[in-house]
Amino acid sequence: MSSVQDTNSDSRDKAQNKAKSLFEKIWEKHVVKEIEGGPSVLYIDTHLIHEVTSPQAFNGLTKRGLEVYRPKQVVATADHNVPTLNQHLPIKEELSRIQVQTLKQNCEKFGIELYGLGHPYQGIVHVIGPELGITQPGTTIVCGDSHTSTHGAFGAIAFGIGTSEVEMVFATQCLMQSKPKLMRISVEGELKKGVVSKDIILYIIAKTSASGATGYAVEYAGAAIRNLSMEARMTICNMSIEMGARCGMIAPDETTFNYIKGRQFAPKGEQWETKLAYWKTLNSDRDAVFDKEIIINAADIEPMITYGTNPGMGVGVTGHIPALSEVDEKEKPYFEKSLNYMGLQPGVKIKGKKVDYVFIGSCTNSRIEDLRMVASFVKGRHKASGVEVWVVPGSKQVEAQAKKEGIDKIFEDAGFLLRQPGCSACLGMNEDKIPAGKYCISTSNRNFEGRQGPNARTFLASPLTAAVAAITGEVGDVREML
Amino acid sequence: MNKSIHIIKSTSVPLSIENVDTDQIIPARFLKATNREGFGKNLFRDWRYENDNEATPKKDFVLNSPVFKGCILIAGKNFGCGSSREHAAWAIKDAGFDVVVSSFFADIFKNNALNNFLLPVVVSDGFLQRIFEIVYANPSTEITVNLENQTISIPTTINSGSNDENEGKTLSENFEINSYKKTCLLNGYDDIDYLLSMKKEIELYESNRI
Repeated sequence: MSSVQDTNSDSRDKAQNKAKSLFEKIWEKHVVKEIEGGPSVLYIDTHLIHEVTSPQAFNGLTKRGLEVYRPKQVVATADHNVPTLNQHLPIKEELSRIQVQTLKQNCEKFGIELYGLGHPYQGIVHVIGPELGITQPGTTIVCGDSHTSTHGAFGAIAFGIGTSEVEMVFATQCLMQSKPKLMRISVEGELKKGVVSKDIILYIIAKTSASGATGYAVEYAGAAIRNLSMEARMTICNMSIEMGARCGMIAPDETTFNYIKGRQFAPKGEQWETKLAYWKTLNSDRDAVFDKEIIINAADIEPMITYGTNPGMGVGVTGHIPALSEVDEKEKPYFEKSLNYMGLQPGVKIKGKKVDYVFIGSCTNSRIEDLRMVASFVKGRHKASGVEVWVVPGSKQVEAQAKKEGIDKIFEDAGFLLRQPGCSACLGMNEDKIPAGKYCISTSNRNFEGRQGPNARTFLASPLTAAVAAITGEVGDVREML
Repeated sequence: MNKSIHIIKSTSVPLSIENVDTDQIIPARFLKATNREGFGKNLFRDWRYENDNEATPKKDFVLNSPVFKGCILIAGKNFGCGSSREHAAWAIKDAGFDVVVSSFFADIFKNNALNNFLLPVVVSDGFLQRIFEIVYANPSTEITVNLENQTISIPTTINSGSNDENEGKTLSENFEINSYKKTCLLNGYDDIDYLLSMKKEIELYESNRI
């Protein structure tokens, strides 16, 4: 049972002086100046950068004769365009090598800390921020990458920006931002066995559509969210952008504080106590008003899979692709184009569909808990013949931890290929591409046409559902195998 | 970069597809450059060419059409969703477009477009539908976008084949843009110029923050 409720803005204005939402509490603390009829000047605490969306911003600074204003608030890594095999060797492809070298040169020139290839902290930017304790509640975090929404899992305002905006933050540590509308999505009750956080977010996006949260900052709440680990919460916030949201966030709690405590860049000693006291105030007041509220019953969610070419085109694994008669007349041209690309028929069951590739990785699902989840299912089993399985850990630290726990052995015995950290086949920017026409079940975040390689076909799913496909060679229901 | 926008009058290129994501606008494998120039040749790369080969353009894709030309791109709703890559806005601008018209834009793309003096014009679903009908019926139709007045106008044509009572008239709609951004576009100002002028206030903010 789900319900949607619209709240008019009048009641919101009245409530503003009293009750505040989590988003408003953080936003208001970061407004340097409001401009009439326009955006606000918003202060950015933490700026994460990578090799693909930063070079033109550095060029812009140089052209204007500017320095990076607060280099200590910027952290860099190389992830989008790095190879995931033989990272100790020079990058073969010339343009990629130049791009990664350019990041290194720019970081040296402008005094920015770089966790580049070979560094023990290197990894996907949205994996390393949290794991190093750089991502903290109550802060504003930006990166030239749309999945920056991941960091909102800690109760931060975190969003993706373009390269011109990267340049603005370099130059002034600020951005011009309009305040988004507010939406709260509450997932109440308990999840059923075999259903994990990836299924929650795919279910939500299927309900709201790929554009249903455009213009909104989304707060996730409810018992089913509270019961999730930090890594599972990151998976939820990560995909907020897939329904168009400006950012996604979850109020910090003991789970959050326990996760952060003791990490490399987490506050220590007295500073920890001061921060903790502040962080504990970061939640939506009881009477906080949202422009839109959605309530979802966790028990309604089953393991999810996408069948189309945007993340909103998802169904439960036991469900079927909508029949033409179930599709709105206006949506039909897009729906048919999408199924045509996927080589699928309307109205048919998706369970049992053969897959050629399995990709376990990306900023959505490449953390140690994801790898553990896959390993615990796969242990003692072997991949189906004809299926190629790639596991790409999110960071050097995740990779090291997996090896320490013997997860690498489990994957090796199962016939999986454990690669090195990077964004890899999530976006097919490096050589990790799915061949044309092949089906890949992927734990990543986008099933767009050509996303994983020209004419590649993507099914988005949880690590568990991906593991099932690796073992059986087809889309299956994990609940039958637990 | 072509700075400042006032009135743009041009024929247009209709792309009546919804949910066009930035991976379609410019696929990731073309994001390896370290400068802003030259992305236009790979705009809509995989919709434009068979087998990734410029020698085999797909005849039915609108950018390959000898008929539809101009600096206004008309696109289906939720244009520019997905990745934050500003390369998408650069590619569109580099391919010669100054305006994109749709009934709905994804947030990050919209900001990226504005920061590159590529004007995103949001029209109603109904108006968008009419533009498509008119332009498909008569590709030489010129659309006028007036930023100062915040209007978009298109003449209907005698031969459009519709029974519309507005036949032969000009259809217009107002579009929204926040006044700050409008001033920037009219005068060729960047956000960064404005932010740099705020340095004292930013420093003051920093000294007061916890």
